[in-house]
Amino acid sequence: MTVQLDARPPVAPAAGGHRRSSGRLSRLDTRYSPYLFVAPFFLLFAVFGVYPLIYTFWVSLHDWDLLGTDHPFVGAANYTQLLADGDFWHAVVNTLGIFVISTVPQLLAALWLANLLNRGLRARTGWRMAVLVPNVTSTAAVAIVFGVIFGREFGMANWLLDMVGLDPIAWKSDRVASWVAISAMVDWRWTGYNALILLAAMQAIPRDLYESASIDGANRVRQFWSITVPLLKPTIIFCVIIATIGGLQLFTEPRLFHSGTNPIRGGSLRESQTVTMYMFENAFAPHYNFGYGSAVAWLLFALIALVAAVNVLVLRRLGGSGMGPGKGADR
Amino acid sequence: MAVFPRRRLAAVALAAATALLVTACGGADEADGDGPVTLTVDVFGQFGYEQLYQEYMTAHPDVKIVERGTGTNLDEYSPKLTQWLAAGRGAGDVVAIEEGLMVEYKANPGNFVNLLDHGAADLKGNFLEWKWNAGLTADGKQLIGLGTDVGGIAICYRKDLFEKAGLPTARDEVSKLWPTWQDYIATGERFVAAKTGASFLDAATNTFNTILLQTAGNTTGYSYYDTSGNLVVDSNPAVRQAYDTTMDIIDSGLSGKYGSWSEEWVSAFKQSKFATIACPAWMTGVIEGNAGPAAQGKWDIARVPGDGGNWGGSHLAVPKQSKHQAEAIELAKFLTSAKGQIGAFKAKGPLPSSPQALDDPAIAGATNAYFSGAPVGAIFGTGAKSLKPVYMGPKNQAVRTEVENAVRTVELGQRNPEQGWADAVANAKKAAAK
Repeated sequence: MTVQLDARPPVAPAAGGHRRSSGRLSRLDTRYSPYLFVAPFFLLFAVFGVYPLIYTFWVSLHDWDLLGTDHPFVGAANYTQLLADGDFWHAVVNTLGIFVISTVPQLLAALWLANLLNRGLRARTGWRMAVLVPNVTSTAAVAIVFGVIFGREFGMANWLLDMVGLDPIAWKSDRVASWVAISAMVDWRWTGYNALILLAAMQAIPRDLYESASIDGANRVRQFWSITVPLLKPTIIFCVIIATIGGLQLFTEPRLFHSGTNPIRGGSLRESQTVTMYMFENAFAPHYNFGYGSAVAWLLFALIALVAAVNVLVLRRLGGSGMGPGKGADR
Repeated sequence: MAVFPRRRLAAVALAAATALLVTACGGADEADGDGPVTLTVDVFGQFGYEQLYQEYMTAHPDVKIVERGTGTNLDEYSPKLTQWLAAGRGAGDVVAIEEGLMVEYKANPGNFVNLLDHGAADLKGNFLEWKWNAGLTADGKQLIGLGTDVGGIAICYRKDLFEKAGLPTARDEVSKLWPTWQDYIATGERFVAAKTGASFLDAATNTFNTILLQTAGNTTGYSYYDTSGNLVVDSNPAVRQAYDTTMDIIDSGLSGKYGSWSEEWVSAFKQSKFATIACPAWMTGVIEGNAGPAAQGKWDIARVPGDGGNWGGSHLAVPKQSKHQAEAIELAKFLTSAKGQIGAFKAKGPLPSSPQALDDPAIAGATNAYFSGAPVGAIFGTGAKSLKPVYMGPKNQAVRTEVENAVRTVELGQRNPEQGWADAVANAKKAAAK
């Protein structure tokens, strides 16, 4: 994959001439030290990844009051209750809705931005760095500012609408409007990041492909769709999967978009409550039902795996088989 | 590139990562010993303890007090506290517990020190009887918290906006405008008709809760749960009555719809966008904080429509996980003593739950300069001793959230009153079952 950095195995050069001590030790070193080097990640992953995963599953099989001292085993009861829980499915629809509204324009805009940045601009590095600036601002700050911009009465968005003579929009209490507002936040933050990744991949495309294409009479647009996009396919898949994982776990933006009493609901009719917020609402305030919240977490895991699989399948089909400049992207 | 330095780099990185891991897990333990003891106090909103800490630290040079959470919303505070208790570490040495959440914490008393084991029984006479009882577990054997404040209710109003609308502005005359909630609505309609550019009240939810607690206090003595712990949202006439009155308020267009405790609500204070707000004693501190110095002298306080009522009030408890229990208990006793309660009242306005403090001339004669010199001691204090408490059931907070959200949907025009009521009942039942 294009984004892979220096991934050479550390084994080969280890026996280099600098070492003159005992051969056995050196052999041991060659054989086992690579494991030692990769161990920190796996240790951390075991402690902060695998263990919580298994523990969460264990908790989800119990009636587990967060403060309570006994936690009776209830088997799959939390899961059966959850599958019949309208609020859960409502949150799933919200999450998918926000995901689609945010990801599609985001990747298209990133592609466009990357293409612009790939041209011979003045102060190119400056521009390239500038697109990453939204990404280094704190999510919480972004969410709070956007929450104010999309305020019902004092917000800038409605003020602008008013200036051009349009009716104000209830950004926080209308379901689709709140999805759009939250998507705007996500896109503001992540478009530049994706643009840079796509840009890096674009620069790896050999120039001579473009040269021969222009000799054949292909214009810029044609070159973009017939050379750039197909060659970017692996990178686009990477961006989509990262966006899927992030999008389906969306929490901070919608949570901080709402303020006041019980913002974890994402609006009084749960207009923009995502699955992670629903999980939090159940596991912590006001329900403190840790078991039920854990069941939500596991179903979310299943959902992400499912959507990621669908993504891969769809993108594979779209792009045909190879990495070569094919007819992949024509629609 | 030479190979060796690279390997060395990797080894250094590994060592650094390991060190990081070790420190991350082992950090933050403060040294026990003869040095000064640091006590952490966890609060929300405005408790008004700063002066008292200074005083206490001067008297106890070996104690240092750090407060966390001033100004935070109860909705942010209570989940954190619960997580700390569940995790067995992280909570302060003294923690504030709001009345609506007390029942849930009492269900698991093992998380807290039994104050009766530490001489608290002698303090019983220092608290209003119902306030004392609220801190006791159901079997009466464990005292979880000592009472801080009670929430006697009034109406805070903007004199300048009343004047603009041609309404009387003196607090006695304003009080006479609304002997009942229907009169309050009628006054609101007059206010709205005057088109001042402001709404009559901030949001329907706070007013709903006020009416509910007042009605319940005067009739059944419980709100969403009866005293045996059954959910009675749909059968308690007090709930329906409060709901219907709130619907009248919404229907008359009195509400500014600034969702309580939201950013917009705070902005609305600053921009003088509403004229009245249901005002438990502790709300005076919140108003002052939100409206800011610019509005000093523009606010005043009148009596609440209907008869009395209590909203809010807290206890101070000592979690069992505290490493300095003895010192923490002493501090909690000091802060909840008559003297401590008077100090807090002077600073931020929470009404004492100690009869001695309520009788003290410092309270009885107290005025609040921010509220045009309103005699807050007399307004809030007079009814305090005859306050009728409302019983709160096990899932009170979750159920209240559902019902108030239903009120909010009607306020925002997303539901009509009948749909809103159906939602309230259905969602409350669902929440209670979780």
